[in-house]
Amino acid sequence: MPKNKIRIVENILNANDQVAQENRNYFDSKNIFAINIMASPGSGKTSVILKTIEMLDGIRHIAVIEGDTAPVTIDSERISQKNIPVVQINTAGNCHLDALMVRRGIEQLNLDQVDLLIIENVGNLICPAVFDLGAQYSIVIASIPEGDDKPYKYPNIYRGMDCLLLNKIDLLPYQDFNMQYFNQGINILNPGVEIFPLSAKTGEGFENWIKWIELKTAQKSK
Amino acid sequence: MHELSVTQSLLEAASDYAKKHKAKTVLSVNLIIGDLSGFIDESVQFYWDYISKQTIFENSALNIQHRKAKLFCNACEEEFFLERDLIPCPNCNSINLKIISGNEFQLESIEIET
Repeated sequence: MPKNKIRIVENILNANDQVAQENRNYFDSKNIFAINIMASPGSGKTSVILKTIEMLDGIRHIAVIEGDTAPVTIDSERISQKNIPVVQINTAGNCHLDALMVRRGIEQLNLDQVDLLIIENVGNLICPAVFDLGAQYSIVIASIPEGDDKPYKYPNIYRGMDCLLLNKIDLLPYQDFNMQYFNQGINILNPGVEIFPLSAKTGEGFENWIKWIELKTAQKSK
Repeated sequence: MHELSVTQSLLEAASDYAKKHKAKTVLSVNLIIGDLSGFIDESVQFYWDYISKQTIFENSALNIQHRKAKLFCNACEEEFFLERDLIPCPNCNSINLKIISGNEFQLESIEIET
């Protein structure tokens, strides 16, 4: 039998990227600003989202897509108490959301009135970094108890983000967190990225973050 | 474990090419993984062995070639490779860097018999 080497050079994530692009087009056509929130488990994703919803109440129409690896509805229940559209996507053990899961989430939501869509990814610092969801911005939440070395250990997630929230700054007095070392790691990976130190518990630092997200949403929903 | 979904996509893409070129046997599938891609060889191989069973790829070799992370310094315009850890520019110590390569998860080629 004749042997033949077929040269291909195809990026394998293309299928996901295509769906992600379709999602992005959809958000653009509806003037929706969609953000993909990624963080490790326990960094305070849901608390930050709840606080953000509270502070934007009456200013922005928000919807939430909740990604979870197991069919637990703790997070989506906390969010639906805020009376905004929320859908939970169970990834059935998968460690990340992908663009297709987000599309299925979109189909279940009425987004006509919505101008800010918050997508809460699965708690994980590795896998979500690889899959584009079609959100216009990627936002990472880091938190003080995770330690200052995370940018060095999980570079991919910090490299692709558009904005970083550093949560739980109320715990700084109790932790050996070297802010300069942390910032240097972030700066190597993502020079000039916007960083908002804040605390979902005390509300400290939230004003700047809300101002930023409100501005971005306003620019998008024009 | 995100390697599972991407390995499934790899198998689908390779199948498309094998069909298109009327392959009777696939001898090898050649993959490029960049050092910054976040994908681990052993996991890709593990999932590949599992999902390629009872397909045309069951007995084909999966060859993984690595691509080093190459960075460009926006300050002094020097290019350099990352050996391991993230470092500032070795020439001028700037952290204003751009990644040129190292993100790949790429199906490079397949070798087939027709």
